[in-house]
Amino acid sequence: MIFLLETLILSLLIAVFVGISAGYLGSLMVLEKMALVGDALSHVALPGLALGILFNFPLFLGAFAFLFAAAVVVWYVGRVTKLSYESIVGAMFTFALAIGILIVPQTELLEALFGDITKVTLLDTIIAIVIAIIAMLLTKTIYKKLVLGMISEDLAISKGIKVARTNLLYLLLVSLIVAVGIKIVGTLLVGFLVIVPAAAAKNVSSDLLRYSVLSAIFGAISSFSGVLSSSYLNLQSGPLVVISGIIIFAATVLAKWKTK
Amino acid sequence: MDNSNEYALRVSNLSVKLQNQTILENISFKLEKGTALAVVGPNAAGKTVLFKVLLNLLPHEGKVEWQQKVRIGYVPQNISVSDIPISVREFLSFGNGLNIAAHLSSVKLDDKNVLDKSLGVLSGGQLRRVLIAWALIDNPNVLLFDEPTTGVDLDSEEPIYRMLNELKKKEKITILLITHDIHIVREYSDRLLALNKCITFFGDSKEIMNPSIQKIIYGETVCAGTQA
Repeated sequence: MIFLLETLILSLLIAVFVGISAGYLGSLMVLEKMALVGDALSHVALPGLALGILFNFPLFLGAFAFLFAAAVVVWYVGRVTKLSYESIVGAMFTFALAIGILIVPQTELLEALFGDITKVTLLDTIIAIVIAIIAMLLTKTIYKKLVLGMISEDLAISKGIKVARTNLLYLLLVSLIVAVGIKIVGTLLVGFLVIVPAAAAKNVSSDLLRYSVLSAIFGAISSFSGVLSSSYLNLQSGPLVVISGIIIFAATVLAKWKTK
Repeated sequence: MDNSNEYALRVSNLSVKLQNQTILENISFKLEKGTALAVVGPNAAGKTVLFKVLLNLLPHEGKVEWQQKVRIGYVPQNISVSDIPISVREFLSFGNGLNIAAHLSSVKLDDKNVLDKSLGVLSGGQLRRVLIAWALIDNPNVLLFDEPTTGVDLDSEEPIYRMLNELKKKEKITILLITHDIHIVREYSDRLLALNKCITFFGDSKEIMNPSIQKIIYGETVCAGTQA
């Protein structure tokens, strides 16, 4: 009983920190119209998870290595070809998903796809919290620069902002947080954590501060309530996190509709 | 005698090629401090590319020399704000964040409520004024405007140019603006630079009313040669 309670507390801690961080980082992805990039990029982690399972090394490292490599490829090809991030990620994510499904052992496939937070350890929790905090703090330092680049790249460059370098740092931070988020919701649903809380926040925000704070709060609420309900209902956490988030999103749609 | 201190900008033998296509060729001109230069020409003449080169945003051949201690304020032709929840206050605080209300007042946006409005809900005229306020925030001595009244209704256009003219006189700012409007060129600029890959005319902006000059600017391209 004590063991179960301890696991639940650790799971909830991870859920809250990763939820806040993913929501905050995701707020930029939704503005950049890269929502599908976040979703598709997350699937690239599957082959990394598969290698981790097969060769018995931490799954986070496998996922992050693949996400990191994919982010660099996306950034570089985007710079060279001027193709949108969505086209490039779209071209590579189905391939990665197919390879991953072929090599992940069948017994582990469900866990990799939809997450399983019941096996977290204290070390997992500490690593996830530290990564979430670092990702968020670094994103805060480049938040305004990225937004200015979205408003007008020329305007940003004329102010001395290195737009390409800032975009690369952002993609790397997203890779980090997606790699951590896989533990909670799995590789198939982790895109949700960076998209839906921010989309919900956008429905009820007219300034950046409110938007970014609400994105983080909605991310935390979705993850927390999803993980908590999964322990009571004895169901997988991933789908329940998604359902919690969708309820918040629906509520914000209603709120927006009422104010029109 | 050529006194270089008089000039805000000296461009010599400037050429730009993008993806193996010549966009600008052998552009040379000088602009005195405190003057307003109107850049005109048909579509795809290289006007926006010229501005980007002046801002050092594009690779080029030739020389671009700004006055010493130049501080450039820039307003691009297109910005995307409709989908970004950002207030006027937040946008203007991207600069040094000082005296935001005073800068809005200098562009005749005195309504305090504007500060908390989202950029996406502003009218075309209000948005352009906010952009001009943004360009003014770091106390520039040169302003570059790429079609400053894009998306602005006709009634709001004239006040914006009047305001720019007042700023030029009051702050002794050098202004470069791209425009298609002959009336604006005549009323609110001192010098005229007509482009069509090369310079087709450079001189007094009042010349824009001269039918033979109009024919040169908007008719068949005849390069005017170097102006420096």
